[in-house]
Amino acid sequence: MHEHDVLVIGGGGAGLRAAIAAHEEGADVAIVTKLHPVRSHTGAAEGGINAALRDADSWEDHAYDTMKGSDFLGDAPAIETFAKNAPEEVINLEHWGMPFSREDDGRVSQRPFGGLSFPRTTYAGAETGHHMLHTMYEQVVKRGIEVYDEWYVTRLAVTDHDDPEDRVCHGCVAYDIKTGELAGFQASGGVILATGGLGQAFDHTTNAVANTGDGPAMAYRAGVPVEDMEMIQFHPTTLPSTGVLISEGVRGEGGILYNDEGERLMFEYGYANNEGELASRDVVARAELTEVNEGRGIDDEYVHLDMRHLGEERILDRLENILHLAEDFEGVDGLEEPMPVKPGQHYAMGGIEVDENGETCIDGLYAAGECACVSMHGANRLGGNALPELLVFGGRAGAHAGGRDLGEAQIPTGQSAKSEDEDVDTPVAPGAIDTGDEDVAADGALVDPDEVVDHHVDVEEQRVESLLEKDDGVNHAEVRADVQETMTQNVNVFREESNLKEALEDLRVARERYQDVYVRDPSRTFNTDLIHTIETRNIIDVAEAITLGALAREEFRGAHWRAEHQERKDEDWIKHTMLAWNDGNPDLYYKPVILEGEDKTYEPKERSY
Amino acid sequence: MSTEVQEQETETEAETEPAESPHQSRRMEQKRQRAAQRDLEEEARTEIDDAEETVEIKVFRFDPEVAGKEEPRFDTFHVPFFKGMTVLDALIYARDHYDSSLTFRHSCRQAICGSDALFVNGTQRLGCKTQIADLEDHLSSTIRIEPLPHQEVVKDLVVDMEHFYDQMEAVEPFFDADELPDGELEEQRQDRENREKIKMSTRCIWCGACMSSCNIAAGDNEYLGPAAINKAYRFAMDEREGESRKQERLNIIEQEHGVWRCQTQFSCTEVCPKDIPLTEHIQELKREAVKNNLKFW
Repeated sequence: MHEHDVLVIGGGGAGLRAAIAAHEEGADVAIVTKLHPVRSHTGAAEGGINAALRDADSWEDHAYDTMKGSDFLGDAPAIETFAKNAPEEVINLEHWGMPFSREDDGRVSQRPFGGLSFPRTTYAGAETGHHMLHTMYEQVVKRGIEVYDEWYVTRLAVTDHDDPEDRVCHGCVAYDIKTGELAGFQASGGVILATGGLGQAFDHTTNAVANTGDGPAMAYRAGVPVEDMEMIQFHPTTLPSTGVLISEGVRGEGGILYNDEGERLMFEYGYANNEGELASRDVVARAELTEVNEGRGIDDEYVHLDMRHLGEERILDRLENILHLAEDFEGVDGLEEPMPVKPGQHYAMGGIEVDENGETCIDGLYAAGECACVSMHGANRLGGNALPELLVFGGRAGAHAGGRDLGEAQIPTGQSAKSEDEDVDTPVAPGAIDTGDEDVAADGALVDPDEVVDHHVDVEEQRVESLLEKDDGVNHAEVRADVQETMTQNVNVFREESNLKEALEDLRVARERYQDVYVRDPSRTFNTDLIHTIETRNIIDVAEAITLGALAREEFRGAHWRAEHQERKDEDWIKHTMLAWNDGNPDLYYKPVILEGEDKTYEPKERSY
Repeated sequence: MSTEVQEQETETEAETEPAESPHQSRRMEQKRQRAAQRDLEEEARTEIDDAEETVEIKVFRFDPEVAGKEEPRFDTFHVPFFKGMTVLDALIYARDHYDSSLTFRHSCRQAICGSDALFVNGTQRLGCKTQIADLEDHLSSTIRIEPLPHQEVVKDLVVDMEHFYDQMEAVEPFFDADELPDGELEEQRQDRENREKIKMSTRCIWCGACMSSCNIAAGDNEYLGPAAINKAYRFAMDEREGESRKQERLNIIEQEHGVWRCQTQFSCTEVCPKDIPLTEHIQELKREAVKNNLKFW
């Protein structure tokens, strides 16, 4: 068994930041990650990092923009903590040597982004995430923090108390991809989930293949509620053939969207008469799809994003990476032609319920970054807010697990924070079919850390063994493809009750088929077949949580558009959708949104751009 | 890795040779037979019948612990071709439709995670960034896909990256300013020109293509190699680090297995998927080293 004070699961931006923070508290930290840290998807972030750095700007404005962007589904204590801490985090990165783009006076550059009242997005060309990921990994190397790379965490080691809020997380079970060896990891200070996105639940996504929602799925099954899972961001500018992201920085620098008639659609059809292309992402994504649906799309599929007028010099200085992406993945020269773009799944606003110190309702279990929901993005994340979020809350989770007193959290977690229970009318029973050895066995006896970790290793050993031993059955790739297809067909930008129900039925079929899944590759050496099979189970669980949440939320808020409910219903719906696993049967309940900040209360207003 | 590998031609589906252990042999045989009846393979056959064009890829296979795969060989797969298809797409198709044991690293599929550097038709390339249509005669001949040369093969197309990571870490790859500005929220100023100077060097995605293409690295296991030297360049040329740190960095790269090993063959520069002028950076550090103290090995 491996023992450390703090275990960080995931080696992307949030995980690295958390590890550095815990290390600074003097903790013995280890990072366990299924990829080598520099392979993490944070590296694909392009646009930038929002922070109120200039005298003419203020954290209060950043907080207000974020609350408005969230369509008033964000929690004020999270948003204010975030906006106050973001500048320090950006300067930290700068002090660690991050190669930011620079102004003439040598300060870091800032540019406009959608939904921001001040150009507060700091950046490094159009490859900000790459530089941030590498800069932080360098600091991890400098500090000698231990990294278990290409180790896949399959299960959390949690005590078996009946009530999730009594449970304690003592570590996890991980699988050495190179050798196939399963091992227990014990952490006395805390386990921090920083597993990133869940885009692989959809088939047109900007997310990496590794983004399979492992963190939310594992935490959910261990008893932590997942929050606002229906809130999925579709980025307006992804390349049609692959889903590769074209940064919002293009529109930030002045890029223009045109339909097939050559009209500047954002103004021509009144989607955003003030902000145009720089309205928030949900607004632009719907505008583009409306154009396509009304026959003004190009090839009935996409619209054009034009940056030619910005001039070669500016493009090369600030958006060079975009030229390479358009060329390599779509065969288009962005200096000569407009680029084809359409909306694609991009980000999960929801995730594992945590407070502003990164803690879940299970003692010793933390989450940070995209896999977590603080909640600060609410119903729509502003471009440039993901990277500072993982810095601020990754840092806080790491510091807290490492022993620093961050004060009492203002955001309540766990079922005791509930405002009301809800039943949702589903066509099929959601949840696990045969929970068997998957669940936390609840007899209240298993509490000793060593035994808890050993027990979970045994359970995983059996699971892996049976997957490898099984001679025939269903290939995970078939199940995964079916899930991705139904999610993209039915739980996309535009949502209707009948489609959501159809998706639930398809997910039920996927669960049934998954009961018969097998791993064809019998090898213990680098068995990606096995990893993808385990991931596919996680994809099913998060896909179902997304769909259930979407069916339950009968209103139109932020990224969540419903055909039958074309207005934001503040009286009923300023509340978070919560799902708790409850032995495989998802319990749906609600938790009030906190609109009261430290000095002011955020009044919901109509969101116009 | 053996250079002489057995070539095995199969129709569409990868075959495995009879196993030595009867139990494993039975399991493999059953798995193979059942798999052949799966929907995905039928789908693949239909897609191939319907496809206007198909591509044939010949993929290196090796698994040290599976009977029939411990001798390196090539498997051939036919996949339907579509416009925009990349080498990685073809591999994923083969894996998901024919043989899920086909093993390779990949994640972002947009040339930033650096995990799918492969040896395609004799050149180091990123699978995700290499359009099949850009490979010569892609529809009439077979595309040959192998693991990166000069690295130990773990399984199929996966190579052991430990040595590469060790070399990267040997140059102390982290920023180390002499002093930070007063005031917590003060930046260290950096000239735009200085940022431009280091810009290309910061684009490295650690894919290892350069190291694998380098004849010198192949013959001298201790040579720091182009990626690590480029990493050293990134810091040595950053004006925000002070002179004394630069001196220490030069000491590292001008050691016996450092910059002086480079024979300017430009193979690293040619294969770099991020267009980093690696050879030039190495030469510039040689000049710095000369100015520094004229030490030749």
